[in-house]
Amino acid sequence: MSTMTSESEVGKEKRDTATPLLAVHNVAKSFGKNPVLRDISLEIAQGEFLTILGESGSGKTTLLRIIAGFESADSGEILMEGERLDILPPYRRRVNTVFQHYALFPHLTVEENVGYGLRVAKLPKDEITTRVEQALAMVKMSAYAKSKPAKISGGQQQRIALARALVNRPRLLLLDEPLSALDANLRRQMQVELKSLQREVGIAFVFVTHDQEEAMVMSDRIALLRMGELEQVASPREIYSRPATAYTAQFIGHTNLLRGEVKAGVVRCGSLDWPVGLPDGPVLYSLRPEKVRVVKSMVGGPGVNVVRFRAHVRHRAFHGSTELLRVECVDGLKLSVRTAASEQRPDDLELEFSPEDAVPVRESEERA
Amino acid sequence: MFSRAYRAAITVPPLLWVAIFLLVPYALLFCYSFWSVSATQTIVHSWSLDNYRELIHVHVYLQTLFRSMWIAARVTVFSLLLGYPLAYYLSFHAGNRKDLFYQLVIIPLWVSYLVRAYAWKTILGSDGVLNTLLQYVHLTKHPLEFLLYSPFAVVLTLTHIYTPFAFLPIYASLEHIPRNLVEASHDLGASPFQTFWRVIFPLSIPGVLAGATFAFVLSLGDFLAPLLLGGPSGIMISNIVVSLFGAAYNWPLGAAISLCMLLLVLGLLFLSESLEKKWSFR
Repeated sequence: MSTMTSESEVGKEKRDTATPLLAVHNVAKSFGKNPVLRDISLEIAQGEFLTILGESGSGKTTLLRIIAGFESADSGEILMEGERLDILPPYRRRVNTVFQHYALFPHLTVEENVGYGLRVAKLPKDEITTRVEQALAMVKMSAYAKSKPAKISGGQQQRIALARALVNRPRLLLLDEPLSALDANLRRQMQVELKSLQREVGIAFVFVTHDQEEAMVMSDRIALLRMGELEQVASPREIYSRPATAYTAQFIGHTNLLRGEVKAGVVRCGSLDWPVGLPDGPVLYSLRPEKVRVVKSMVGGPGVNVVRFRAHVRHRAFHGSTELLRVECVDGLKLSVRTAASEQRPDDLELEFSPEDAVPVRESEERA
Repeated sequence: MFSRAYRAAITVPPLLWVAIFLLVPYALLFCYSFWSVSATQTIVHSWSLDNYRELIHVHVYLQTLFRSMWIAARVTVFSLLLGYPLAYYLSFHAGNRKDLFYQLVIIPLWVSYLVRAYAWKTILGSDGVLNTLLQYVHLTKHPLEFLLYSPFAVVLTLTHIYTPFAFLPIYASLEHIPRNLVEASHDLGASPFQTFWRVIFPLSIPGVLAGATFAFVLSLGDFLAPLLLGGPSGIMISNIVVSLFGAAYNWPLGAAISLCMLLLVLGLLFLSESLEKKWSFR
């Protein structure tokens, strides 16, 4: 007995410092002959807000369901604080889920829904009452304790689903596109609330969404999934400003992909060229539209270390504070340029960008 | 919106149908129940409550009614005990064999009631399949007489016949339970057993009530099974009504019994409907 205790204490110490909260190792899953996830490895730290971002069919929900235990992986393993999680049935995992359509029990009142997990765990009645009250207060739904789910709005159901999961104090909360059913305004409001709630409770969140803006606003890190493989895992800032692949650059925000050729330390993309420190060969650059500036006065030569060129405006889309211009360079190269909205802008412009804003990206290989 | 002629053309036929085949017969039944039969076997059109008095004072009627209800109650319980697990298995665990099993449950409904009742007669009779088998394996020396011509035979046959009727609404209600509720329950730490009693069963109660109502009402009014397999101890209230309208030639008394049963059934339907409403949440 004593050796076991000391062993587990040692394990615990190690856990606190080095072991991530959740480690997904080489998880793969197929439905029939259809591979949905291939070789996914991912770690989630204590208290982290990680978003799994991807288009529909990218496998993001399947990955979440494997972590929750509703699906089993064909291969690979999942560890929680160093111990196997994937061998446990869902009701033995210290993980809770907020479902896409909330999945509130229609025959139970709001407070019975929230107290469900505590009741099946057979906690003392007083403790259940206090914790349910706290959870309802946390999501500002105390007034609806006695209502049935059918009588409250979608946004309110959302809060109850959140309270019902958090009241169990899980190690990890999984959220499966929980905001997708809400209208745009409520959705933005909930994004902010959810994020501050997560900071407050300090529980790690794994949030699944197809909305890259939502992912950017809320996450500590984004795991971008494409056709069952992780394209890039990084902080929103990093993934936006340093996309690793052409797919990432295009999926997160809006970008210009410039195809070029490096020769003797100079890259040439159509009529544009600038010095680089890359070996010779073909390259692909991502250049964000807002990184291209309109040169105000035509007088004066280009500053040091900028690429300056002339272009003709083909199309403009007004977005309120900014304007998205579609411009064509003399050699036919087309670019998107985001700039402050302005009424008096000539159709022929002088534009420039700094070479360090053009980020070399990998081609995204085709996958069946 | 629509012309008067069109509205008349679509509303009159169903109204006529209901009037001719439902309201008029019930009105006649109602009138008959207050009339009487003379010594010369003619209907006397004078109004009295004598038939209802007879119903209460001649014990065989109430006795038979209670026996019918007791038989119907047992049929209901057994149909639910068979139908619920079957429906649950089909809905939650049959996987891709679901449709096959569903058809297997439904197919007996295409077979004539009479054929199925006679089949039980063949199985349960004193030189029937069951008795022959029991004697062949030396479990019994003589044929078991209680198998046929007894309330047991009636309950068995009616359970066989009405289990699909109990099964169908239960199955439908189980199929309507969103599967993410089951997942949510597991997610919140409930074992499959806890999930069944806390989520699945409560949400299937409307189906159970509908199935129980079907089984009870249909077997309460049944007269073929008791006629073919019931024997003297297995007589049900409908057999009495049939004979009163036939050989006994006492239509007024038959009408009075029919009306009482009608009221009983209507009361039951009302009760089960209001309970179903209480237990449905969508």
